[in-house]
Amino acid sequence: MTILFKSISVRHEGAAQSAFALRDLSLSIGPGEQVALIGPSGAGKTSLLHTLACALKPDQSDPASLYHLFDQDPWQLSSAERHALRSRLFLAPQTPPLPPRQRVVNAVLAGALPQWSLWQAVRSLVKPIDPARAYAALSKFNLQDKLYARVDRLSGGERQRCGMARALISSAELFLVDEPLSALDPTLAIQTLEVLQQEARTRNATLICSLHQVELARAYFPRVIGLRDGRIVFDAASNQIGDADIAALYRNREDDAPVPESPPASVATVIPRC
Amino acid sequence: MPERDPAWNGRITACVVMIIILWPMLVMAEFKPWILLDAQSLGATWQFLSTFFPPAHSAEFLEMLLYATWETIAMATAGMTLALLGAIPMTLIATERLSISRLGTGRIAAWAVAVRQLVRWLLILLRSVPELVWALLLVRIVGLGPTAGVIAIALTYCGMLGKVYADILESSDSAACDNLLRNGSGRLAAFFYGALPSSASELVSYTVYRWECAIRGSVVMGFVGAGGLGQRMDESMKMLAGDELATMLLMFVLLVACADGVSAMLRKRLA
Repeated sequence: MTILFKSISVRHEGAAQSAFALRDLSLSIGPGEQVALIGPSGAGKTSLLHTLACALKPDQSDPASLYHLFDQDPWQLSSAERHALRSRLFLAPQTPPLPPRQRVVNAVLAGALPQWSLWQAVRSLVKPIDPARAYAALSKFNLQDKLYARVDRLSGGERQRCGMARALISSAELFLVDEPLSALDPTLAIQTLEVLQQEARTRNATLICSLHQVELARAYFPRVIGLRDGRIVFDAASNQIGDADIAALYRNREDDAPVPESPPASVATVIPRC
Repeated sequence: MPERDPAWNGRITACVVMIIILWPMLVMAEFKPWILLDAQSLGATWQFLSTFFPPAHSAEFLEMLLYATWETIAMATAGMTLALLGAIPMTLIATERLSISRLGTGRIAAWAVAVRQLVRWLLILLRSVPELVWALLLVRIVGLGPTAGVIAIALTYCGMLGKVYADILESSDSAACDNLLRNGSGRLAAFFYGALPSSASELVSYTVYRWECAIRGSVVMGFVGAGGLGQRMDESMKMLAGDELATMLLMFVLLVACADGVSAMLRKRLA
């Protein structure tokens, strides 16, 4: 199993005793699986991705809780071993974490940093070690012309795809992608998603993707997990999820009013990014 | 419309409080600016200033001035280089953002906290002694001449650079560095690919500004015998040679303007 969770709860860093971001989550995801995470803003999608990436430590007061990543409990390991585990996963935040003054080629090749020695990393800043690899990754997202451009010359959508190109460079076995499509138009969104899924399939890596585009999640991912208020509402094959489940997931918190008909598309456009 | 500005009372109060606090301070500091304007002071000032014109420009003097200027720049640059050699490793140790143990928990491992605190104390120690005091101590140890000035600048500026570099790195956008660390890259790799490009221009502009300060500092240290422009200035001052002083001050303005130009150019390159 790539991921095995049993009754995992997570508090926000420095939050009060009761402020849970995730509550009592149980989950298992195997190698090569592709899973979409959906749910309203503030449901805990990003917290879940961060917990999976060892970037957020789960609450350990519950003795029944179990957290296995690549068949190991990262929080039982030493800090160095845990950090070695981190190089087997790739966490892509929603806002692409690219310094504006960096060149695209360096930003993309940074995906290989866990494998590089420090000497290689420094040398690559002077003269990129493997520009052909960065070029190949960028060309999958139609960004090959931007190889030597600076990140601040890219549009928001281009930056997002540049961040995905970095994912292709990394040698991760687990992709944790936070809303990769938020800055992309519908056509580009589908293309980008297909490239990501293709890459995950080729290397038999697990892909977990949080999405606001419910329709895309149901159409492209075999398994969809619905999160709300830090709990899993459903975790099922996408063909078993009905419109009613989706409507319940996104139901308005205050007045419990039902979401209007054909909710997914409108939901995707109306709900602000979290 | 409200009848009065709600901030008005507060502003008046703040002004009154400031005056009440400042007045005793001025008295204690014997701040009497009108002394500048009594007849005797004005006469003395006028006498000294009138010797400023025309500035000294004999070939011999200019040659000496150029040599002293060069010595000053060399002192500042050598001091800065030594300071950087000490400050960069200490910055990398002191910056909490480059901590790996904080990932996930927000808490840094105890030994790492201790090491960081030690480095921070060392930086405080280095910069809390002014470079003039270091120079006075060092002139006794290594004798008169630029060596004392170079070491004095290196010690004080190491403390300042290390502290401010760490502060700049902590206050820049953390997303790039954090993400690299979360994906398993090493501390130094995350620094070079995340933190450094996020704050390169601030770091460079602060370094050039400090270099400018080092030039000024090395002049002041010349007065205690550490060589360079300052020592010449001290000599001219004691001989009341206003014309020489005027040329030196002009040279000084020129130096600072040059440093400003270099800083602007570098920042434009990196912007």
